Amino acid sequence: MKKLLKGGRVIDPANRIDGTCDVLIDGDRIAQVGRDLPVNGATVIEIPAGFIVSPGLIDMHVHLREPGQEHKETVATGTAAAVAGGFTAVACMPNTVPVNDSANVTALILAKAREASLARVYPIGAVSKGSKGELLADIAELREAGCVAITDDGHPTSTAMLMRRAMEYAGMFNMPLVEHCEDTSLKADGVAHEGFHASALGLRGIPGACEALGAERGILLAELTGSHFHVAHMSARQSMRAVRKGKEAGIRVTCEVAPHHFTLTDEALAKPIPYDTNTKMNPPLRSDTDRDAMVAGIADGTVDVIATDHAPHHYDEKSVEFDRAPFGIVGLETAVPLTFDRLVHAGHITLPRMIELLSCNPATILRLTGGTLSAGVAADITILAPDLRVTIDARSLHSKSRNTPFDGWILRGGVAATIVGGRTVYSNAAAGLTV
Amino acid sequence: MSGLRRKDLLGISELTPDEITLILDTAQAMKEIGSRTVKKVPALRGKTVVNLFFEPSTRTRTSFEIAEKRLSADTLNVAIATSSVVKGETLADTAMNLEAMNPDMIVLRHSSSGACHLLSRICRSAIINAGDGLHEHPTQALLDAYTIRERKGRLSGLKVAIIGDLLHSRVLRSNIHLLTKMGADVWVCGPPTLIPANIRDFGVRATSVIDEAVRDADVVMLLRIQLERMEGAYFPSLREYYNVFGMTEARLKSARPDVTIMHPGPMNRGVEISSEVADGPYSVILDQVSNGVAVRMAVLYLLAGSGGQEGAEHEEAA
Repeated sequence: MKKLLKGGRVIDPANRIDGTCDVLIDGDRIAQVGRDLPVNGATVIEIPAGFIVSPGLIDMHVHLREPGQEHKETVATGTAAAVAGGFTAVACMPNTVPVNDSANVTALILAKAREASLARVYPIGAVSKGSKGELLADIAELREAGCVAITDDGHPTSTAMLMRRAMEYAGMFNMPLVEHCEDTSLKADGVAHEGFHASALGLRGIPGACEALGAERGILLAELTGSHFHVAHMSARQSMRAVRKGKEAGIRVTCEVAPHHFTLTDEALAKPIPYDTNTKMNPPLRSDTDRDAMVAGIADGTVDVIATDHAPHHYDEKSVEFDRAPFGIVGLETAVPLTFDRLVHAGHITLPRMIELLSCNPATILRLTGGTLSAGVAADITILAPDLRVTIDARSLHSKSRNTPFDGWILRGGVAATIVGGRTVYSNAAAGLTV
Repeated sequence: MSGLRRKDLLGISELTPDEITLILDTAQAMKEIGSRTVKKVPALRGKTVVNLFFEPSTRTRTSFEIAEKRLSADTLNVAIATSSVVKGETLADTAMNLEAMNPDMIVLRHSSSGACHLLSRICRSAIINAGDGLHEHPTQALLDAYTIRERKGRLSGLKVAIIGDLLHSRVLRSNIHLLTKMGADVWVCGPPTLIPANIRDFGVRATSVIDEAVRDADVVMLLRIQLERMEGAYFPSLREYYNVFGMTEARLKSARPDVTIMHPGPMNRGVEISSEVADGPYSVILDQVSNGVAVRMAVLYLLAGSGGQEGAEHEEAA
């Protein structure tokens, strides 16, 4: 069973390909990429002019909520949201109930992913047992079961000593430590970025220094241990400065930024809907200076990855007082339109850079085989429609949850189709492409 | 007299100077009612007002209740301790249950900033903010403004110094909005640990030097210092706070000779204010409490309807 994607603009940064090419898929693998490939009995799929054929996008920061919080999301609904958002793979965070600190939980997640058979799922295991910040989790067992990194995400790693040990130990397997960077004493009971809007609305503040302290700590320990440290969902300009300096010093540090942090600012707390709990996430929406620093870091190469921090929460949980609402928003189905509209069409980055941020780099950081269109690799492909007019509609999301601040936004650029292992798992009727 | 063209009073930040003046002028008429032998007019007859208080409050709740009764409203006090949170009912559910009984107004006091905005999105009833978290306490700022205007005849051009725990004060935020909108020169003062971020963006002068704040002030307003703030390391001790920021007669000497001293209460004598100042000739602290009833009557009346039947009845009565 062969398919020939004919005539799209193929962008495969890992292989330095950017031009009109054909992609031949044989079964679940990519057979060949080249100009004017012969049909030879393959099913031909004409890619409309202007569409992009990209290695499958990878979101390395997703909360699938299963096991334990299936009212928010399941592996099935989360991966449905992923493929609808153009992601052929996601890495899922271990803050489930119970925490993914054992092979059993990892195996359950992977079994659910096979059952759903949509996006690939790469679990990330806990740093510590129960993510309690005391004893190391069985990291070798987690790796054996399929985990690709470790994190106590939702919280920072409890102490510098535990982080040091975790980095040393995980370094044995070349697994990165992904860190939710935060000084919890400085955060205290903060719920919003410390600045004018939090002051005006009477919301307790979280300064940027709170995140940067966590980033600096991890970078220093990466230098000490020689292990790979990855800053999750970076939001503060001070953290960007820390990562930039760390990279200049040759330290093994990488980082990701979420679309809401390169798009929104803390002004969204006040308008259009004051105290909208869909503007509450941790780290919080920050000042315009911070937002601009995220964009600049993405443009200048300091930022390695765009990851969504997809954090589904049930409607009931978000329909409460701002300070009682949980942190987080869904992101899988809005990331590509926001990246196109706010970064590519706004002139900050090129299309190949977009694909590095969303595909090649997360694959490299997590040591996955995806992120390229090399012959022989799994045929995970995302077809993008850069000029598609997309209207975000919270009610029509594939995710089980609707907690997005982007409802009603009209953006330019979207997903046309998502192919995982040679199989079309999503095609967007609005893009007018049948794969 | 026409009403406010809005459903709710969520904060001073949303009011125009004209609306503020309308409320203050209306309060003047209301104050007279409180001095009669029969302190009651039928303006809100047949209206149901629910005082929904999620935080303990004596002064504000009593003041609203007296205001409602003087306007002949049917009032109901619902005091919900934090135990209801344990029971698991959300604020939205509580509000929808009350709403199902079709009240006309809900006066809400809640520990979460934005709680009134949440209710206003759910309820058809008018929502009056009686203090939400650290956000606003609009009727307090209105009664403060009324009291200042009563003393000074104006708000515009006055130097008003607000001193104390600025960070945790909803009274501060409402007063800043009101006084800056009305053209006062607002200074705020406290230890740097208790000054909200970006405070200058509100159009005020901020200082931790108390003499700068007090110098030539027409009005000095003290804000309550809570004992538990020491635990957050906001300041070392009440004694040290008093030594550096406490309002004493000596400190007051640099203010204008006709300075007015205010405090929204409850006061900590010997912490943010000395007893000599609190009980002294320039203190209008009890006038603030009296005026609170008149201002709340004005707000209730103006939100109840713009003109209409009740308005006509009121004008006859007044």
